[in-house]
Amino acid sequence: MLATRAIADQLAHKDAVKGRSLWADARTRFFRNKAAVGGLIVLLLVGLFAVIGPFVAPWDYEEIDWSVLGRVAEAGRPSLETGHWFGTDPLGRDLFARTVQGTQISLMVGIVGAFIAVIVGTFYGAVAGYFGGRVDNVMMRIVDVLMSIPYMFVLILLLVVFGRSMLMLFIGIGLVSWLDMARIARGQTLTLRNKEFVEAAVATGVGPFTIILRHIVPNLLGVVIVYATLLVPSMIIYESFISFLGLGVQEPLTSWGALISEGSGEMVNGTLWMLLVPLFFFVVTLFGFFFVGDGLRDALDPKDR
Amino acid sequence: MSNILMQVENLSVTFGIPRRGGWPWTPPDQLQAVSNASVILKEGETLGLVGESGSGKSTLARAIVGTVPVSGGRVLWKGKDMVGLSAAETRAHGRHVQMVFQDPLAALNPRMTVGQVVAEPLVTHFPDLSKSEVRDKVGAMMERVGLLPALVNRYPHEFSGGQCQRIGIARALITEPELVVCDEPVSALDVSVQAQVVNLLQDLQRDMGLSLLFIAHDLSVVRHISNRIAVMYLGRIVETAEAGELIANPRHPYTKALISSVPIPSPKAERARHRPVLEGELPSPLAPPSGCVFRTRCPIARPDCAEVRPELLEVANGHMVACPHHDDAANADQRPAESVN
Repeated sequence: MLATRAIADQLAHKDAVKGRSLWADARTRFFRNKAAVGGLIVLLLVGLFAVIGPFVAPWDYEEIDWSVLGRVAEAGRPSLETGHWFGTDPLGRDLFARTVQGTQISLMVGIVGAFIAVIVGTFYGAVAGYFGGRVDNVMMRIVDVLMSIPYMFVLILLLVVFGRSMLMLFIGIGLVSWLDMARIARGQTLTLRNKEFVEAAVATGVGPFTIILRHIVPNLLGVVIVYATLLVPSMIIYESFISFLGLGVQEPLTSWGALISEGSGEMVNGTLWMLLVPLFFFVVTLFGFFFVGDGLRDALDPKDR
Repeated sequence: MSNILMQVENLSVTFGIPRRGGWPWTPPDQLQAVSNASVILKEGETLGLVGESGSGKSTLARAIVGTVPVSGGRVLWKGKDMVGLSAAETRAHGRHVQMVFQDPLAALNPRMTVGQVVAEPLVTHFPDLSKSEVRDKVGAMMERVGLLPALVNRYPHEFSGGQCQRIGIARALITEPELVVCDEPVSALDVSVQAQVVNLLQDLQRDMGLSLLFIAHDLSVVRHISNRIAVMYLGRIVETAEAGELIANPRHPYTKALISSVPIPSPKAERARHRPVLEGELPSPLAPPSGCVFRTRCPIARPDCAEVRPELLEVANGHMVACPHHDDAANADQRPAESVN
């Protein structure tokens, strides 16, 4: 009797216990997944490469090495002596520096695209789904209309009409990337809206936008994050395709797509490194994103495995 | 126990069901979930609301709370009509009327800590409170419902069903409301936990002077907690009376059938009693029967039952029945042998 009272007292005066949130649970599950952790490490290395590459590269990305110009196939090979670790491009520019620069651009395009999708798409979809009825109809029909316009066509027109610039590229990608996200967020919101905790908030008198921010969006984030990690590579692929067509970033800036395009054009001259180096980074990064996305899905939604 | 807190007058709730395969402009089918329901709730009183699944109990409750649009009638709160209020006024009114839900876990946001869940109504209606005041109030309320205040940082999935329901009750009571609508608060819990939660609700009601609208399909629970009981069938209120009176002396044939369906925990008594068993299913609320909606299953139905809708009339002190033939001989001998304990 005395002992139980002592225990009860102890419990009652204990400091607040730290709870295990669903996020914390997901984190442990994610780090138990070896493929996902491997993908994450690869992505971190690629990111590191893009960030510290410019500081270690002996050459600048727009500087032409006049000594190799004209005999790139022999003198421009990857070598430690000349300082061209990844070789040079057909104009004698250092491929290592150019790959670093291309990685920066490609990652930026992917991340900005996914970021716009997450911010705009999630809120747009959540608002449409939460209010439902006519609001939902109008908002989703707008999405349908935008989706039915061929994306590549619009992007190419934008770049041709307004000139090729990074800003136009971001605008073009931003215009389209959020559409799918809005649909996904709206679908999830429709199921969440009928959950009792949302009704409880409505009954309590919480305002509709507070409900969206406090109750709907946090419960959407699991799906949204997974989709966003899969969106980054698709944005990179789009940008690469545009650059491959010669419409993407402007010289002397470059991106993976532009580098791969250039490298594939030089294949017949026996300078395979110009193709393989950017291709390696491209493929490895996409794999990294896919593995991380997969791991996140398993971690955030253990029931759906 | 005398002042009328809330008066529901001829309340109707209609949902539009889009017709399958119809055009967007095809008028939707009208589903009348609640039809001309009138209920009075006094201060400090518990009103039990019973009826089978689909009888409109929950919809009536939601209309009172304001989460479902009302299509007709009035909800008078201390004499003031709540139906025509603006969205902001309805939200402000939420402070006085709170709700406890059936599925305890689904009613708590899985991404919020229990402390945040309980604090939400407080922060919504009293935005000026400082963080420490909120924390103190939440702690005190957690203790009041029998949870350790140290658990505020835990998440709902770390609790059992009964504990989750206590959290739901704490959330409902933190703004010190005058009416708490309990929508089958115990039907998802097992029996021993049911008793704890019902007793907790009763204690809190006594301490805080609450009125309760208690919905359940378990008559023995309703009988235990309610002062008065209203019986619903297909969106209509068919009988209301003091709890003891209704159980001991039901008048409406539906109420009789409902009470007789409660099992008696003694096989001998169970076998010996006379049980009027209802035939058939609840009719579709999309096409309710004319006149008295219960006539399709009523043991004492007559041809004239199809003509006029029976009014809810007072037959004894405080005992209202919507059946003009309730005192028929045929109905009288269907009185259940034993009442519920």
